[in-house]
Amino acid sequence: MLEVKDLHVTVDGNEILKGLSLSIKAGEVHALMGPNGAGKSTLSAVIAGKDGYEVTQGSVTFEGKDVLEMEIEERAQAGLLLGFQYPVEIPGVKNIYLLKAALNAQRVARGESEIPAPEFMKLIKEHLNFMKMDPSFLQRAVNEGFSGGEKKRNEILQMLVLQPKLAMLDEIDSGLDIDAMKVVADGVNSLRNQERAILLVTHYQRLLDYIVPDKVHVLVDGRIVKSGDAELAKELEANGYEGIEESAA
Amino acid sequence: MSEVLTFLETLEARSQQRAEEPTWIAARRQAGAARFEAMGFPTRRDEEWKYTDVRAISQTNFALAENAEFSQAGAAALTLPIDAYRLTLVDGVFSAALSDLDSLPQGVQILPLSQALSENHEAVGGPLGRLTGVEFSPFAALNTAFMEEGAVVRLAPGTVVEKPIVLQFLSRANTKPTMCHPRVLVEAAGRSEATLIEHYTGEADAQNFTNVVGEYMLDRGAILNHYKLQEAPLGDYHVASMHVEQSRDSRYSSYNLNLGGALVRNDLISDLNGKGAEANFLGLFFGQGRQHVDNHTKVNHNAPLTFSNENYKGILGDRAHGVFNGKVFVKRDSQKIEGFQSNQNLLLSDRAHIDAKPELEIYADDVKCSHGTTTGRLDEEAVYAMRTRGVDEATARALLTLAFAGEVLEAVTLDAISERVELAVAGKLPERFNLTGLVETASALNE
Repeated sequence: MLEVKDLHVTVDGNEILKGLSLSIKAGEVHALMGPNGAGKSTLSAVIAGKDGYEVTQGSVTFEGKDVLEMEIEERAQAGLLLGFQYPVEIPGVKNIYLLKAALNAQRVARGESEIPAPEFMKLIKEHLNFMKMDPSFLQRAVNEGFSGGEKKRNEILQMLVLQPKLAMLDEIDSGLDIDAMKVVADGVNSLRNQERAILLVTHYQRLLDYIVPDKVHVLVDGRIVKSGDAELAKELEANGYEGIEESAA
Repeated sequence: MSEVLTFLETLEARSQQRAEEPTWIAARRQAGAARFEAMGFPTRRDEEWKYTDVRAISQTNFALAENAEFSQAGAAALTLPIDAYRLTLVDGVFSAALSDLDSLPQGVQILPLSQALSENHEAVGGPLGRLTGVEFSPFAALNTAFMEEGAVVRLAPGTVVEKPIVLQFLSRANTKPTMCHPRVLVEAAGRSEATLIEHYTGEADAQNFTNVVGEYMLDRGAILNHYKLQEAPLGDYHVASMHVEQSRDSRYSSYNLNLGGALVRNDLISDLNGKGAEANFLGLFFGQGRQHVDNHTKVNHNAPLTFSNENYKGILGDRAHGVFNGKVFVKRDSQKIEGFQSNQNLLLSDRAHIDAKPELEIYADDVKCSHGTTTGRLDEEAVYAMRTRGVDEATARALLTLAFAGEVLEAVTLDAISERVELAVAGKLPERFNLTGLVETASALNE
């Protein structure tokens, strides 16, 4: 589904990713781990299309299409969705407005009709309940004045409504207490199915107790230095990133 | 000076044609002309006109309209789709054909100034010019020298007018640039209540000058919701001097919505003269191309226990230039007053420009006042965040721009007006972004 090949990315002239390759198939959950500054967030930002990242070499394809040639919104419409580490406040734009606009943009891009209001309402209500969110969230401007935990729940709510093919979740566990983390993890687990892939970007193993990945990759200094199954994350927890860096060197 | 002479010659020529009129009008006309001749057009050396250059007006030789001809179809396309009482002026000339003043409810008078004068000129002579005298500005003096037509609205005590009153000012694409100097005179007696809409619009190719003077008198407990929807053609010049007088417990709400015009200047002043009087000034100005939009507002807290709340939003793109100058004045010993003022501006391009100046002048010690102004740009992070959810860039920008206008737009309860503003500010949004349905969705969810 997602093929990243020999990706080199520079930011302000500094090379952050130095030949990263990654292959994610439908139905899989991958965890990308690594120390601070390894380039974890850079990968998801490049795939989402954020400005300021220059790809100097390599390729990213999604279902055979060249992602790097697509507009930001086309990537989302194609089913690539990024959950932000720091969700952005969108002043004055109500949550419900963004959700409906986003869902319909996606449906129209796929050649489907727009969702009728009652159906949309039913859908939203279901997901809100699941994420233990109050309906008043919908009337508030997106992320404006939300607590850290509320923002993260809101990211997952968007995922549940938009049902991406590939969900990339950047440090979705940061700033969450244990109860909030369980709710967020339940949300992510509910997204798991045979057609969908999930890429978790995380610094800590903690999240992976709740969302057990199929594959774990360790990113150090812009390259994946080791890949394995869920056991690898536990090794990291025990030995830290230094042990991996040494064994890789 | 030759510029002033050109206008005075036009005035003289008009006077030759005019039938004899009551002496008080002739006297005021003369006073207006004299004052205008003495002052000349304002220049940027005048503090009140520091940011607005009126040479585009002063250097044009404007004619005066001779008739009110306008095609029914053309007018219908411009008219607000609102069930309302309607009085229409075409380039300042009253059009009975485009007005709907039949079956006015009891206690309501809406009539062209010319008719009000011929019915009882003394009843007009008292209030007319009482709030906006020839001293106010060269444009007020010029208006007084030329005044012929306009609208007189009178509400009897306790009259609540259910339908809005629309004063429609149409500007034609004439062969020669044309000017008009209409008067609006509103007398709202005690506990009366009405919604007044002044709508300035016209043919796209028009290049006219509208110089309106409005006087709004609210007696004890009167409520006036005053919309000004200025959608003048982009070649038009528009100067409006609006003066409000508020007695005890009256409530005046202004919705000053400016979308059109090449050069626009609004002066809006309210005198809060009795305890409990409240003035709400909401404003939105949107400029594009090389439009110049200048809003000067002033609230005079002349009595204790008076309240004012002002919120002006400016959105400027291309090379548009905006001016906001808001004054809150608290007279000596006007205690327990509240005066709030906010001005926020959004610049959509590097070459758009705003000059914003909020001012407080307070001569009492027990008051709550605040003011502030900010100028910013669209949040690119927010644009990006919306795009990552599949919303295309143009729509994301339009939605964020609309959101910026939010507080002012939400206060506009007349859909026909808010739709015009949304269309101008955000362009035509794809159907899927229509809010209809979402509101119901949201309220159903809360059940």
